[in-house]
Amino acid sequence: MRKPRMEETVVEMKGILKRFPGVLANDHIDFDVKAGEIHALLGENGAGKTTLMNILYGLYKQDEGEICIRGKKVTIKSPKDAIDLGIGMVHQLFKQVPRHTVAANIALASSPDFFFPGSKAKEKILRISEEFGLKVDPDAEVWQLSAAERQKVELLKVLCRGAEILILDEPTSTLTPQGKKGLFSQLKEMKKKGYAIIFITHKLDEVLEISDRCTVLRKGKKVKTTPTSKATKRFLARWMVGREVLFKVKKKTVKKGKIVLEVKKLRVLGDRGETAVKKVSFSIREGEILGIAGIGGSGQGELIEALTGLRKIEEGRLILSGKDMTKASPREFVDAGVAYVPEKRVEVGLVPTMSVKENLILKDYRVPPFSKRVFLNLSAINRSAKEKISRYNVITPSPDTPAGILSGGNIQRLILARETSGEPKLLIVAYPTYGLDVGSVESVRELLLKQRERKSAILLISEDLDEIMTMSDRIAVMYEGKIMGIVNAGEVTREEIGLMMTGTPWREIPNARA
Amino acid sequence: MNLATKVFSNILRKKTLALIIGLAAVVLFVSYLELSGVKTGSFLNRAMVFATPLLFGTLGEIYAERSGILNLGIEGMMSTGAAAGILGAFALRSAWAGAAVGMISGALLAFLFAIAVVHLRGMQVPAGLGLFMFGLGLSGVIGVTHAGEKLPYIFTKTPIPVLSDIPVLGEFLFQHVPLVYLALILVPIMWFVLFKTRLGLNIRTVGENPAAADSAGVNVFRTRYLCIILGGALAGLGGAFFSVAWMHYWLEGMTAGWGWVVIALTIFALWNPLGGLLGSLLFGGVHAFQFELQGLGFPIHILGMLPYLVTLITLITLLLFRRRLGAPSALLTSYTRE
Repeated sequence: MRKPRMEETVVEMKGILKRFPGVLANDHIDFDVKAGEIHALLGENGAGKTTLMNILYGLYKQDEGEICIRGKKVTIKSPKDAIDLGIGMVHQLFKQVPRHTVAANIALASSPDFFFPGSKAKEKILRISEEFGLKVDPDAEVWQLSAAERQKVELLKVLCRGAEILILDEPTSTLTPQGKKGLFSQLKEMKKKGYAIIFITHKLDEVLEISDRCTVLRKGKKVKTTPTSKATKRFLARWMVGREVLFKVKKKTVKKGKIVLEVKKLRVLGDRGETAVKKVSFSIREGEILGIAGIGGSGQGELIEALTGLRKIEEGRLILSGKDMTKASPREFVDAGVAYVPEKRVEVGLVPTMSVKENLILKDYRVPPFSKRVFLNLSAINRSAKEKISRYNVITPSPDTPAGILSGGNIQRLILARETSGEPKLLIVAYPTYGLDVGSVESVRELLLKQRERKSAILLISEDLDEIMTMSDRIAVMYEGKIMGIVNAGEVTREEIGLMMTGTPWREIPNARA
Repeated sequence: MNLATKVFSNILRKKTLALIIGLAAVVLFVSYLELSGVKTGSFLNRAMVFATPLLFGTLGEIYAERSGILNLGIEGMMSTGAAAGILGAFALRSAWAGAAVGMISGALLAFLFAIAVVHLRGMQVPAGLGLFMFGLGLSGVIGVTHAGEKLPYIFTKTPIPVLSDIPVLGEFLFQHVPLVYLALILVPIMWFVLFKTRLGLNIRTVGENPAAADSAGVNVFRTRYLCIILGGALAGLGGAFFSVAWMHYWLEGMTAGWGWVVIALTIFALWNPLGGLLGSLLFGGVHAFQFELQGLGFPIHILGMLPYLVTLITLITLLLFRRRLGAPSALLTSYTRE
């Protein structure tokens, strides 16, 4: 494989068309990348970015269109073909084996040795990690690493295979602001060395920050390819969504009321019997949003389950509107007015094979008007379903459609319709906009703010720092099961939250105004 | 630092304790055997013979499960292997040919299973149960012509020179038919391949995270086919060992549920060939021991239960004390790109 000259077009995809059952995922897309450039591929979820790149990487086969690599027409049947052509992909969900060492994970992809592949790969790993400043211990097992380190492993894997064309699928989604900064400087280093980098994202700021050119996709079609220097955030958003987007949510000032939820020194165990939540204390008032930030797996999941009665509380107390609920069952929590929008929408939030209207009464089926002695009151159920579907703007063919086939945004609105229509005292929402398109994000956030105006107390868990910072009144940051600090949303910077997310308590941050 | 030393010495103490208890148990057991007039060497020799079919089956199932496939049909493939083995030995007038035919029959059955669970992405548990029943029925059909007939072509015992003269150990490991040596040699080889070679890394990755393996250019389908068919071949060989190398005749139902013991031993072995050897020997030992007890007048049916009881108890203890056994993460899941 010869080293391509700078500016040479290394990838050219022409008229790519890919159909999935019922969907045209890619509709005659043209796309090209030059050596020594970072080319951003921008679009909402479902716009076809990942499909297009999976075709380039040999995971899918295009129905029409052709691919040229370094000017030569090629057929890419499998990832192996792509790897042989010098293409490497860093997937959104890391394709790693947590129980194997870093060296074994990398050797899987690149080792030429039949015997002792893991230990023989170490030298190469160390050399390449030195060259690009990607420091990782090759003997560490992957489950011990942070998200940023796992990202480095993924990059190393691709580089060790000798890739010169890098595809990064939403690489920043699990990183802290510091981790992101590190990644971007590494990418710039690679660019200087003549690597071609394709950067898939739906975050406009990242496009403007890192890319040289960008291509915008919408609903499977290419909207535009343009040098990033000629693009602005507003134009990019309009191309991506197809209409004007407001970037600020309007947050009214709401007078805070009584304390709704009070948690005192809570200790909760994780699935493996380890202490996942360590002496966590906080409280939420009526009309207040408490945001919980933190890297995934810092104990947020276990905390929420404890607050909804799904997980046993080992120590500490949980007081809801003055009543001790430490040992209450999930149903007692529901009856006490706790609503829950879970992270796993399809698995936990609804029953995917049951109809929309059935899903709307999952919590109320046993009380009037939906229940008439031992029977269900179908006419009341239908009436209420129609009303909620139109009020919450759930787009569904009919109330009898299985809920599982709705799109992500509609599923989330359906769950919100069920959870918020009963005027809950406490609303717990986990990752409410994760994976939703920009339009749905707006509507979900508006719904949450409306709920705040109705004086619900809201606990918002999210990995999206922008969401936490714009929505919350106060922010708590969790790290390894502990709360690093609880601060007012207006009095903290992104960097300070990032530091807390990686384990620095608020009072130890220099210049902290605490 | 202080804490670290404390923890370390704690672990050390626990391991030493376990070792002492283990050694004491072995000493007690051996002295008991000797006192009741049984020669330890010949006892261990029999235990090794009993362990061999289990070892074949377990080694194969370890590879299948390491690639993410639970094949519950071991008992079916063993039954067919036993019947096809005797048939092959009669037809081709050689014990070796019988063993080979048994192996091939197991591999063919496993191939059918692989089509169902890898290509057609069927559920592994019902497919495995189906394979079990199919194999059991098939064995009856093909074995019936030679049922109970004594096989004239048998393996000869080939003691290994020098080594077989070591007291006790020589009788334990080095005075056997060649198939027993084959099983013993396979243990370190299969351990080495699984943990120290690229092929093994591929297999383990396919069983942990098939998407990662696919993305790295490993052919997930081919790897899983390979492991399932290898597992089937070894189960078939284990079955043929029953009829061709051990009993020298065939009877319907002669594998007596040992295929299910293999499933348990695979977990007991923690998916490691070395553990497979240990587990097979333990089970073989208990099985040999029940014959000694029979001589002392214990009720035969209760004794017949003993090996299975020991399997059950070991498994329960294991599951109780190791919350996370470390089963391959992708076990029971089928893989597809879309």
